[in-house]
Amino acid sequence: MPAYYLEALTVTLGILLLVAEAFVPSKSKTWIGLAGIVGLLLVLALTFRAIGPDNAAEGKSWAKYALWDLYKFDAAARFYKIMALVTAIFVLILAVDYRSVLAKFSADKGSEEGTGEYYSLIIIATAAMTWMASAKNLAFLFVSLELLTVTFYILVAFMKRNVGSLEAGVKYLILGALSTGFLVYGIAWIYGATGSLDLAQITLAAGYEGTPGTPLLFGVALVIIALGFKVGAAPMHFWIPDVYQGAPTPTTAFLSIGSKAAGFMALISFLAPFSHTPYAGKIFSALVILACITLIIGNFGAIPQNNFKRLLAYSSIANAGFILLAIAANRTGEDGLSSAKIVGFYLASYLIMTMAAFFILNIIRVQSGSDNIDALDGLAKRNPILAVATTVIMASLAGVPLTVGFLGKFFVFQAAMASQMWIPVIIAAIAAAAGFYYYFKVLRAIWWNAPNQKEPVPFDSTSIFSFALTILTVAILVFGVWQQPLMNLLKGL
Amino acid sequence: MSSILFLIPFLAAIAIIFGSPARLTARVAGIATLVIGLYAAYTWQCECWTSSVSVLLTPSLDLAFGFLNGTSAIMVALSVIVLAAAVFSGKAPEGREKLYYASSLLIAAGAIGAFISTNLFFFYAFHELALIPTFLMIGLLGRGSRKEIAWKITVYLGVGSLILLAGLVWLARECGTYNIIEMLKQSQEIDHTTQKSIAALLIIGFGTLVSLFPFHSWAAPAYASAPAPTAMLHAGVLKKFGLYGLLQLAVPLVPVGMNAWLTPLLVLLLGNILWVGFVTINQKRIDGMLGHSSVMHMGYIFLAIAALIASKHAGVDNPYAIPAASVLMFAHGISIAMLFGLADRIERSTGTLDLADLGGLAKPAPRLAFLFGIAGMASLGLPGLANFSGEVMVFLSGFFGRSAGGPLGPVQIATILSLWGVVMSAVYVLRAFRKTFQGPTVNSTVNATDIPIMEQIPALLLAAALLVVGMYPNILVNLLH
Repeated sequence: MPAYYLEALTVTLGILLLVAEAFVPSKSKTWIGLAGIVGLLLVLALTFRAIGPDNAAEGKSWAKYALWDLYKFDAAARFYKIMALVTAIFVLILAVDYRSVLAKFSADKGSEEGTGEYYSLIIIATAAMTWMASAKNLAFLFVSLELLTVTFYILVAFMKRNVGSLEAGVKYLILGALSTGFLVYGIAWIYGATGSLDLAQITLAAGYEGTPGTPLLFGVALVIIALGFKVGAAPMHFWIPDVYQGAPTPTTAFLSIGSKAAGFMALISFLAPFSHTPYAGKIFSALVILACITLIIGNFGAIPQNNFKRLLAYSSIANAGFILLAIAANRTGEDGLSSAKIVGFYLASYLIMTMAAFFILNIIRVQSGSDNIDALDGLAKRNPILAVATTVIMASLAGVPLTVGFLGKFFVFQAAMASQMWIPVIIAAIAAAAGFYYYFKVLRAIWWNAPNQKEPVPFDSTSIFSFALTILTVAILVFGVWQQPLMNLLKGL
Repeated sequence: MSSILFLIPFLAAIAIIFGSPARLTARVAGIATLVIGLYAAYTWQCECWTSSVSVLLTPSLDLAFGFLNGTSAIMVALSVIVLAAAVFSGKAPEGREKLYYASSLLIAAGAIGAFISTNLFFFYAFHELALIPTFLMIGLLGRGSRKEIAWKITVYLGVGSLILLAGLVWLARECGTYNIIEMLKQSQEIDHTTQKSIAALLIIGFGTLVSLFPFHSWAAPAYASAPAPTAMLHAGVLKKFGLYGLLQLAVPLVPVGMNAWLTPLLVLLLGNILWVGFVTINQKRIDGMLGHSSVMHMGYIFLAIAALIASKHAGVDNPYAIPAASVLMFAHGISIAMLFGLADRIERSTGTLDLADLGGLAKPAPRLAFLFGIAGMASLGLPGLANFSGEVMVFLSGFFGRSAGGPLGPVQIATILSLWGVVMSAVYVLRAFRKTFQGPTVNSTVNATDIPIMEQIPALLLAAALLVVGMYPNILVNLLH
């Protein structure tokens, strides 16, 4: 099956659900979310069957389409498509659970009117992410990134009767537009300097002596800044805490995992051509500085936070710092671990544990009405199993050994040390130590504090929701000890 | 096969979290681990105990279990004995049995896992696994200002572990493998400057975990605050992880680097023995005294390690150093666990651990007095009990290889000074014993109850271990050959 069917199927699924939502007279809209989950699971299964033109059987006409000049399907593309689909499936589960809050702020009382579109928008954003994973041309990259961003403008501001959500929407719109400006401008400079939008052509051009260096570097810097907005690298991070806090929780989860993974994927495929050119030194030392600032701001900004959602926002900045450090290390993989592989592994581990953290956040938000860490007070007494799960998740985010989070950080440190970046390594170590402090703050609330309400909410959850949370928690522990299955997905990166 | 030693307590802990009856599960698991663990330690050379599962191909990581040498076997024996004693000691607070027993099992599982890991990555990881329940137990069920203390030990041990991790990763990079057995087999020596840096990281990292002076100030308050099983398992077993790591990894792999830091190490260990020794004498409470004394006794084991480093540097084979360190680690672990277990009983009998409020407890509670006496005498090094054989070998190893009439080396000077520690131990143990058990009974002890049968089981188990090893230390030393 040609790989581009995947995107076509995903978009079709989104549109079909949108139409069904409009024409099927049904009070409850939950079934749209559930249908979306099933549909995406099918697409996910098909990902393993999809092939690119190199593996096509003799004489297949589709293998010769001009599309393949823009669209690639290699190990990296497959991996990031899987990441996007898995993220979207979990986000849909979150959204189904979150629908009461969503409906409260977007429809009249007692009605779920207006929550149906939310599910199909998530699916359309997923299609954008999977497209992005296949981009090998800057124009193509730009178009898919815009589809993603525009969808997110709606997803962030979806709770139209909630001031916080609207404020977040406006903020995201303005800063998103700004970063788009940077991106287009950067691409224009690169086109001017090299005469091409194709990444392979740019690589060739960058090697020629006649290529003007300064304009090219200027263009690259602009693109790095634009993508820095998407992944939440400091100093382009300042929108993150406010937007994350204001947006509906499933959107926040999608932004912080899916959008970030897509951004990093774009950054890697954009930078990869330059790693063997004379410009590599300058570009990657700029990334080192970016990584250090991000690590410091993310980790130290998280320390004073009392709001769980804001804490996760800063944690997402902090993790972006670690991933940037891995990219900046620019390992080509002679010791078996290339930078791209480490980033892939880190993002996969980040997906598992951050998604699990958002599930916990969702439970508290929906059932206690608050996002604050103190809403978790005394959870150990109220719901011991959930408390144990949260402990595992937070330990993994902090990077305790035998959890998947430790391995990701471990590989980043190893790569940075192998590239002899000693000062960034020390900064990252201090940042990781700070991480222990703020993640354990959540654990302190769970285990040490007494419940602060008169009648504390017991935090029950629906079966599909607890099933997903159990899968994530178990995955944290299993992949913490047995990493080979994750590494198998990354083969060829 | 040895993975079963880790799995029994680990799975039992998980079963408890998911609703299995806490106390019963923990006790059954404790006894099962004890039986299998002692058998495994006795037959450690058998191939059947080694196993290895590949969990990651590049970089190569194996979940590998097995015994590195006799010292691992001795540490496993120590762990299973203390675990069996710990699950029978103390009293879980109403409604917190799950946490209480699951944590004890997890601490033991982590410690055993670390001692039988033959892969550096999991060696480190299992120790971390054991630290989390320790923090939780102190923070939730501790005495006194437990939150501050739990926070303090989290910060100390967290930072210590990070420094240690840096040292271990560097060491693995230099050796090119995470497999400890392969690392030890390597003939190629690591570059000397690198050795020196790695050794510094390992001494500070492992040292913080073992409460090496001046990184020791977390230990005494933590033990004083911790519930009895946690104090027993941490002071008795888990803390030995640092010494074990120095002995098994640092000394054989970076000998030149360790020798470069020999003099500072000697000064620090004298800080443990003499400085902390004086602090211990000044303690007004039994738990404070025990906590400090456990810090102090670490100094002797460091001394054995220092003697080993010096002999290695001089090119002689010191036959006493490794047995001394191994036997003393075992003896100290057993005796301190017994003391913490009994101190908890004293507190529950009399309601206080303040020496000023105690007196004449031997009259209402003769059995408790007798058992506490045995443990106390062991801890001050009375011949016939395990600690004596360990300490004698430490002093012998300190003087090994010195020709009569020759000048004293730094290790010998440190040995002579540290002999005074024995006197200090005698002072504080005997004084605590006299103030608690002898003299006329006072308010708190008039109506005190003696130790019930069920709680005698752990104390007798530990006392038997002390006596057997004290009378016949070869039972452990033979394991090393």
